[in-house]
Amino acid sequence: MPLRLLKYALKSEHPAPRFFKSHETPKKSYDVVIIGGGGHGLAAAYYLAKDHGITNVAVLEKGYIGGGNTGRNTAIVRSNYLTPEGVNFYDASVKIYEGLSEELDLNLFYSTRGHFTLAHTESAMRTMRWRAEVNKHVGVESRVVGPDEIAKACPQLDMSCSGQAPILGALFHAPGSIARHDGVAWGYARGADRYGAEIFQNTEVLGIDVKNGKVCGVKTNKGYIETKQVLSAVAGFTPRITEMVELETPIVIHPLQACVTEPMKPWLNSILVSGSLHVYVSQSSRGELVMGSSLDPYEVHQTRSTLDFVEGLTSHMLDMFPFLSNVKIVRQWGGMADMTPDFAPIMGKTPIEGFYIDAGWGTWGFKATPISGKTMAQTIANDSAPDLIHTFRLSRFEDYELTGEKGAASVGH
Amino acid sequence: MKLLTCPVNGTRPLSEFIFGGEYREAPNQNTCTDAEWAAYVHNRHGAPGDKKEWWYHSPSGTWFIAERNTLTDKVSRTYLVSPNLISPKSVVSDNTEKEAAVKGEGQ
Repeated sequence: MPLRLLKYALKSEHPAPRFFKSHETPKKSYDVVIIGGGGHGLAAAYYLAKDHGITNVAVLEKGYIGGGNTGRNTAIVRSNYLTPEGVNFYDASVKIYEGLSEELDLNLFYSTRGHFTLAHTESAMRTMRWRAEVNKHVGVESRVVGPDEIAKACPQLDMSCSGQAPILGALFHAPGSIARHDGVAWGYARGADRYGAEIFQNTEVLGIDVKNGKVCGVKTNKGYIETKQVLSAVAGFTPRITEMVELETPIVIHPLQACVTEPMKPWLNSILVSGSLHVYVSQSSRGELVMGSSLDPYEVHQTRSTLDFVEGLTSHMLDMFPFLSNVKIVRQWGGMADMTPDFAPIMGKTPIEGFYIDAGWGTWGFKATPISGKTMAQTIANDSAPDLIHTFRLSRFEDYELTGEKGAASVGH
Repeated sequence: MKLLTCPVNGTRPLSEFIFGGEYREAPNQNTCTDAEWAAYVHNRHGAPGDKKEWWYHSPSGTWFIAERNTLTDKVSRTYLVSPNLISPKSVVSDNTEKEAAVKGEGQ
């Protein structure tokens, strides 16, 4: 890398290579059209080419690459879920993440920190034991730890939480990590582009043509595209896309907000989550504390920020870390979370032939980026969903076979 | 939206209210199919637009209906549900006076 940089330093011109080619007008037809240029859609394009040799693919992005929820999450990667199916799925994702910088030839700043889910009540401790046992059973490194071990890993933490909610223990998940989220989108975009997939930014889907129950084309603001296979990977915009094909889903959109502090010297190594205090926090590689909380309490299709959110979050942060009282919040933002009733995603085939869905990623989508791309590519290539995502199929609601992940997927319940 | 108008207590801070989800008509449980019932239980109209929603004013224990655009987050009106509610249309005609009183507030 340094030598490559030196070359540019010695030249008067700086032809830094673009990550992917800039396409303006789509071709008349593609084998597969992917709606949504976030991590999931780009990963699907990448694995369609790499694993299945399908390269005649268009990725349509309404805004810019990674500008949606891929660039708006708090970048935590973990697999300490509640159902064996969920743990298996997210574990497969963590395993891909561990080698992803190498595979994509891009430093994703993937940093394994260890992840503590703090328990302040006996009932929370029960859930932690439950999750630990399920995780161990599936072969994922999670265990319940007592206050001593937490205090040793994070001496700055006020174990009494200002006397409001003393910490009784935690679920410790050793593989818990953080990564540079926009890098994931850019890495997959470059990989897909190198295989021949075409990425269109500022390209909005206006309608999807369905004839006799089969997909036959996509209307965009840059013209009509013929295709027999469409993947919707648009997170918070999912209901707008499913409405185009008259597909009903349980998805409801709630904003999810996050914020960061000014940069500090590194002091917080672990990733900490408190369900009772509605906080998750980690320190990024540039020193900012990255913080998130629970969902906004009602449906809105907006990415606006609110003062209520920062006030609530920071007051709980001060319960945990009183010494942060003079530290400033420098940015806050919001994303649109596509929530499902069981806090598990909706992936796979739909009743419409050729229309595939990768949605319902609510507050848990970033960590699943590699494995969802891989399994959705498999689903499209074989027109059949692999066993790994059977539990996330859309028809589970009609079958009353929900995949209850609420106890592990979010904070604030 | 920072304020919401309770049909009983007037305009109050949003923190006093709890969102109860979209107002929906249940299919007839004696005549509908299993698939229709499952769709009613789980599926929602997730696309943005004008919606009728249940809201709850927590301090006074008042459930009421708000008509709100979920894209702009603007409330057009709020009203109580009449005890003999059959369809939302009948509520609109029954409560014309009350609507006039609360319309335009709390937006």
